[in-house]
Amino acid sequence: MAPAVTISRLTKRFGAFTAVDDLSLTVSEGEVFGFLGSNGAGKSTAIRMLCGLLAPTWGSARVLGFDIVRQSEDIKRNIGYMSQRFSLYEDLTVAQNLRFFGGVYGLRGSALQSRVRWALEMAGLEGKEDLVTGQLAGGWKQRLALACSVLHQPRIVFLDEPTGGVDPISRRSFWNLIDEMAGRGVTVFVTTHYLDEAEHCDRLALMHAGKLVALGTVAELKEVFAERAVVEVGCPRIIEALDELGKESWVLEASVFGTRIHLVVDAYEAGRARVLDLLARAGNVPAQVERIVPSLEDVFIHHIEMRGDTENRRTGESGKRGNGESENRRTGDEQEGEGALTR
Amino acid sequence: MRKTWAVALKELRQAFRDPLSLGMLIALPTFILLLYGYALNFDVKHVALAVQDRDKSQESRDLVASFVNTPYFDLAADLDAGADFARLTESRRARAILVIPEGFSRELAAGRTADVQMILDGADANTASIVLSYATAIVADANVRILRAAMGSTAGTIVPIDYQPRVWYNPELKSTHFLVPGLIGFILMLTAVVSTALSIAREKERGTMEQLRVAPLGSGHLLFGKTLPYLGISAIATVLILVAARILFGVVIRGPYLDLAIATFLYLVDGLLFGLFISSVSHTQAMAFQAGTVTSMLPAILLSGFVFPIRSMPEVLQYVTYLVPARYYLVILRGIILKGAGLGQFVRELALLTVYGVVVFALASVLRRRKEA
Repeated sequence: MAPAVTISRLTKRFGAFTAVDDLSLTVSEGEVFGFLGSNGAGKSTAIRMLCGLLAPTWGSARVLGFDIVRQSEDIKRNIGYMSQRFSLYEDLTVAQNLRFFGGVYGLRGSALQSRVRWALEMAGLEGKEDLVTGQLAGGWKQRLALACSVLHQPRIVFLDEPTGGVDPISRRSFWNLIDEMAGRGVTVFVTTHYLDEAEHCDRLALMHAGKLVALGTVAELKEVFAERAVVEVGCPRIIEALDELGKESWVLEASVFGTRIHLVVDAYEAGRARVLDLLARAGNVPAQVERIVPSLEDVFIHHIEMRGDTENRRTGESGKRGNGESENRRTGDEQEGEGALTR
Repeated sequence: MRKTWAVALKELRQAFRDPLSLGMLIALPTFILLLYGYALNFDVKHVALAVQDRDKSQESRDLVASFVNTPYFDLAADLDAGADFARLTESRRARAILVIPEGFSRELAAGRTADVQMILDGADANTASIVLSYATAIVADANVRILRAAMGSTAGTIVPIDYQPRVWYNPELKSTHFLVPGLIGFILMLTAVVSTALSIAREKERGTMEQLRVAPLGSGHLLFGKTLPYLGISAIATVLILVAARILFGVVIRGPYLDLAIATFLYLVDGLLFGLFISSVSHTQAMAFQAGTVTSMLPAILLSGFVFPIRSMPEVLQYVTYLVPARYYLVILRGIILKGAGLGQFVRELALLTVYGVVVFALASVLRRRKEA
């Protein structure tokens, strides 16, 4: 298939800060492409450049064959964009919002009517047409925002943290909508810091500190662990255990997931024995060690640590460390670019 | 056009969602007119006059009567000889004191010049000078009467020069007639600037501007779409203000309504566009409101010729006034309302109002585009 997005050496600097650093990648048409990264990794900045909201400092990119700098008007006509802040008019009703955004894209008359009807159905907002948008719950707002951004039937949609601050059930139904759109051949370019959401994507780009650290399908990304083992360790005093284990040379990576420790070791059997031995000597018992299938989060941490050890551009990312909850761990809001600053 | 209409419709719907602000936009101008129309009154009437009549003759009473029988002076006190003038003025019971010395009538009867003293409270210099000119005129009148009476038997009623001043357009020299057009100019500018400035700043504050920026919406669509509804709202406010000016202050529009409408339309467009310009340099509604009020209100009051005549300003400031659209609008407004003139006489002002609008629109568009880069 023809590429929907081609990015080549794209760079954006804000003063001395490099938000996006030499980014190159290609997204095929009809693909669900995920941009995964932590706080300030540069995902939003990259998306904003692709949508023509920001001019790149360096490099180039094409969206649907249009140059992002010189043909931004053509791009605007053909893309849908939805940001983490659901840019709806909260003082207007659901139907008024839909009609306004339809009008902005040049729809009118019966074409507008039928698209509005379609959007209401798609978002499951039938019967809620006359409600004031500000009174809708987060999940509804989010689906309405998506509906508004695809009214004009764009060939590609850019979703910038579309599920931020929405409950898990709403997030699941939102992703059903995205899957549906992808099924109709729409290219979806989505940023997220929810790792479970990333599993919905055909391909993923892991971003860290403005740089692309890994790119591939979920399976491909997990392959880095093919010759290694990820084990989960449970014991009474995990922080102490993390400290001890972290000092060992045979422990490649160590991090806390909830109440357990995930370790990356060379070989499962030998590693298991060494861990149990070490914990027993420290009196940190009872201890359990189990082999697990690496999650995307393990992959993410693995890649960032590979970088972090050498570059260490930001705090909190280097070496072996402790994390909060495992699933759905939010790595924080993106804080970059104009949008976030003009809040 | 379709997109402009979509923006305009949305803007109008939002305006109606917020009846309080809408009501403010429409009624506030008239309210300000009431406030200022009654407070900003440069006419001096009912000045408290204390009189010390030491002559107590028919002639002296006649002179006092010729003061008190005008609307300008009220008799506040009849003073005895030796009254404390200073205390009187300090307590502000009297702003002027007329002293008629003993022998006033005797001197007049003998055909000699009789002295009369007028003491004025000069703390408020403006009022004092106006009172002084009233008093001078009253005394001059009295002189003529006395001369006539004296010469009446021999020379009939001939007066060497009969001076008959006529003030055109505003015969009573009522300052409201002069101020109301100025107020209209200032109020319209204020509401026009603030309404658009706030509406764009609101989009920025709530993040909806970003959604508009990724849409294929040109500057023109957005700017005109935003301007149209507020133009309508301001037009309603203008009609209200003119009706109020007529009913409450008796300001009658002498010139053609259509000409007034055209000039007002042009002026409002200028104000709305300036509001857009303000909003493109401010990020929050609070900032837009402040910048909007200061940059529209102060020049429209101080540099438009509304309160201070432009000709008596320092030269540098006179040049600055060319940048104030209210300056041109005021000339037209006073011409049409007070003099009954038509637009034909204000080609220069109309042209400058148009130029102003074009320049501001261009600036706002350029700024908006530069922001996107």
